[in-house]
Amino acid sequence: MSRRGFLGVAAAALGGVMLAPGIRLIEVAQAATPSTGANPAVRWGLLIDVNQCAEGCNACVQACNAENGLDPTPTRTSAQWIRIVQVKETKTTRAAQLPVMCQHCAEPPCVDVCPTGASFKRADGIVLVDRHSCIGCRYCMMACPYKARSFVHEPLSDQKPDVPRGKGCVESCTLCVHRIDRGERVTACAEACAKAGHHAILFGDLNDPDSEIAKRVREIGGTALRADLKLRTAVRYQGI
Amino acid sequence: MRWLAAAFVALVAASAVAADDGGRTPKPVIAKAKPGTQCVEPPEAMRRLHMSFLKHQRDDTVHGGIRGAKHSLKGCVDCHASAETGSVAKAPGDFCSSCHQYAAVKIDCFECHASKPEKLAQKGGNSK
Repeated sequence: MSRRGFLGVAAAALGGVMLAPGIRLIEVAQAATPSTGANPAVRWGLLIDVNQCAEGCNACVQACNAENGLDPTPTRTSAQWIRIVQVKETKTTRAAQLPVMCQHCAEPPCVDVCPTGASFKRADGIVLVDRHSCIGCRYCMMACPYKARSFVHEPLSDQKPDVPRGKGCVESCTLCVHRIDRGERVTACAEACAKAGHHAILFGDLNDPDSEIAKRVREIGGTALRADLKLRTAVRYQGI
Repeated sequence: MRWLAAAFVALVAASAVAADDGGRTPKPVIAKAKPGTQCVEPPEAMRRLHMSFLKHQRDDTVHGGIRGAKHSLKGCVDCHASAETGSVAKAPGDFCSSCHQYAAVKIDCFECHASKPEKLAQKGGNSK
């Protein structure tokens, strides 16, 4: 037996020894230390550079579908968390495309209208649906000016353990909340966009003046879609 | 009348004894957890209170973003998924479904939550 193997066995044996009646070292080690939860000092957001968003590319949509267990070959009734929207300026005929997902408003209309409190905003600014209390009434879908939410019409199977979702509930982009809670600091869409070489999506903390996203919003600027609604969105766009 | 009452008591006592033996009363088969694992609570507490544990923690997780605490459904699935089906609720004999079927309590958790641990859930992906 190797030295490492021996130590492993010894540690396991020691772990099994009773410390006090009913409490063993192995249980103390397994006692979970829960994460601290959503930080109210933080405001997670995205900055999307429309000039970098390459025509015909939908890497972010595919990455989102794969990350969250959405339909990889979407039908007309499939849930959709990111839409690619084509825009064209009539006078100059400048055409562009941009991904539109939940804009994670500071004043979310979906939360205002939800009759059960299922639609809510987390302390760190992420707007989510608590599927335990969602009754599938779809008021939030009507209220959202960005058409960001989808209703799940069909029974689902083989969901991702990190992303529970099912028939009869409304859902939308979670800003990859499971990744954020794990301590990762990049969403699936931003990661895929960078991997595709476009670097059009930047994820970060808008409240931290030293973060890349806050610097770029400060220096180059970033517009909110439908800024006239004064919803103070966390997803900003450059170049539209 | 007194005689009838005595007979009834005797009958109840006899049936209780039979139930203890496990002879006449059918019992759910509780599948063993993954070897070498230790449950977060004693079995008696889990059998009676698992739904309260889960419900209490789910709000902290969904609304507060507090993850990795003791009573997580993912934790249950990781240890209790069956060796045959890889799931806790797919076949009638799987860990969750065997008791829930016995008690005639419908289990809705796995309409949305994955009933398989991380690795197995990612193999088959035909979700919409």
